[in-house]
Amino acid sequence: MRAAPAYLGLLLLALAAPALGIYPVFAMKLLCYGMFACAFNLLLGYTNMLSFGHAAFFGASAYVTGWLATSRGWGAIAAIGGGVATAAALGLLIGAIAVRRRGIYFAMITLALSQLVFFVCLEAGFTGGENGLQSIPRGTILGVLDLNGDTTLYYFVLAIFVAVFLLIRRIVHSPYGQVLRAIRENEPRAVSLGYQVNRYKLLAFVLSASLAGLAGSLKALILGFVTLSDVGQANSGQVILMTILGGSGTFLGPLVGAGVVLTLEEYLSERVGAWATVIIGATFVACVMTFRRGLVGELQQRYGRRRALSAAAPPP
Amino acid sequence: MTSVFGVPLPAILGQLMLGLVNGSFYALLSLGLAVIFGLLGVVNFAHGAFYMLGAFAAFVGWQKFGLGYWWMLLLGPLIVALLGIAVERLFLRHLYRLDPLYGLLLTFGVAMIAEGVMHAHFGSSGNYYPVPGLLRGGLHLGFMVLPVYRAWVIVASLGVCLITWAVIERTSLGATLRAATENARLVQAFGINVPVLVTCTYGGGVALAALAGVLSAPIIQVSPLMGSSVVIVVFAVVVIGGMGSILGAIVSGLALGVIEGLTKVVYPEASNIVVFVIMALVLVWRPAGLFGRDP
Repeated sequence: MRAAPAYLGLLLLALAAPALGIYPVFAMKLLCYGMFACAFNLLLGYTNMLSFGHAAFFGASAYVTGWLATSRGWGAIAAIGGGVATAAALGLLIGAIAVRRRGIYFAMITLALSQLVFFVCLEAGFTGGENGLQSIPRGTILGVLDLNGDTTLYYFVLAIFVAVFLLIRRIVHSPYGQVLRAIRENEPRAVSLGYQVNRYKLLAFVLSASLAGLAGSLKALILGFVTLSDVGQANSGQVILMTILGGSGTFLGPLVGAGVVLTLEEYLSERVGAWATVIIGATFVACVMTFRRGLVGELQQRYGRRRALSAAAPPP
Repeated sequence: MTSVFGVPLPAILGQLMLGLVNGSFYALLSLGLAVIFGLLGVVNFAHGAFYMLGAFAAFVGWQKFGLGYWWMLLLGPLIVALLGIAVERLFLRHLYRLDPLYGLLLTFGVAMIAEGVMHAHFGSSGNYYPVPGLLRGGLHLGFMVLPVYRAWVIVASLGVCLITWAVIERTSLGATLRAATENARLVQAFGINVPVLVTCTYGGGVALAALAGVLSAPIIQVSPLMGSSVVIVVFAVVVIGGMGSILGAIVSGLALGVIEGLTKVVYPEASNIVVFVIMALVLVWRPAGLFGRDP
């Protein structure tokens, strides 16, 4: 495994981050959106399904976690579990409708259904409507570990992130992941080989939605608030940008993309105000026009040619 | 007072009217989206942004240049169409050979840029645009008062929709367009300049969106974000109607506007989501959409 040293280096960097003086809330946000993008990448990168509504899962899960922790007094783990379960159920429902169509139709359907979720969040009582949920307590893990310290919470989030990252790697390299890639490369052929393509896609969709939900739940605990923008269309667009900017279909790409986009936003919002949207939009255009493989994808293409070639061998 | 299911009749008629107005906008927008998709294979995410730019064209024309409604009804779509043509020539053109998803992503980025620029320039609050003098006031129909401007919007939009439909289905230009949709290479081989046809089609679809924007300026607040939620509804409309069908786009746009309006009377909380619920039901029942062909 050639990439192992890179991963090890990153992990060491992540472990040492609080000691290096990196602002822990920013680091947690990065892990959180990185996880969101990795979950999204499971669909786009390995199955070529472009979901334009992933904020629905991220946001709904964040709302449910926030509500459980605030109004019901649930502990961190239980509240996160409730959020992820909601995201999974929502993923099953939306996925079952959306996988009936492919390509751009799939994108449009997921977008429309996520807008439905957005309006439900706007109208439903427990979400706080326009105000959203505020001062969500971080709570404790099983009453033992207090998460209110930023450093403790950081290591908690890091542990979950590493677990999710390894899980996604495991899924992609499993026989199931092979079938997903077969569907991506040539769907009619996968059908003719006897695979129930829609079931494979639906499972991928539910997995991706659940992990996006996990990221949303963590976001609710980390920042302590959930607003409509978490469940809105702009958030769906942002995770797409993170993934394709970093490189869809690569393991590190979404994380890199999340880092670039979050840094850019943090930097821009202080300096240029409303023009930040314009710059993000221009980044989108530049990415689609010039480096469609994304940052990590282009690097792999340039320096890892042998591996890239063997991975992209044409079907016989 | 007359009432249907306990709801007073004037309230129903009023919402029906509003529904028809919204439905005409949906029809104009989904028509443009369907025409562009038919020839370019691109789902134009920037459609809502071009609609917004149309409304701003009317607003800026009035505020900065003193050009009235009727001038901008003509100039607005033209100016925005030129912008659309620039987008097509500069960017979209290079993506036709790739996965159609890239066209969607590119136009999403373009929409972000357009909305961001307008936001930075005009702020996020709505701007007032007056109803043109000729179309002020209301018609007393006995059972309700019909605002003249709203009636004009319905008549004008449906008129433009029907003209567009007739041009595509009944003229030789439309025949060329439909042929290019079926097989662009073959049409090119007959000596027709397909790239120019593609550019003009994109410009035309964008002009329809901008026209809807100018028409809507006097009845809604002109704001940078007015297009971003409309475009999602319009996506749902074309999924319901089936993307390939011109008439399907017009009919389902109008019908869904009316359904949305009536939902506002019966169960206001659901009026924002009724279109999406219908879309989900249609997809379960007929995955290709009501008028669509391909699965």
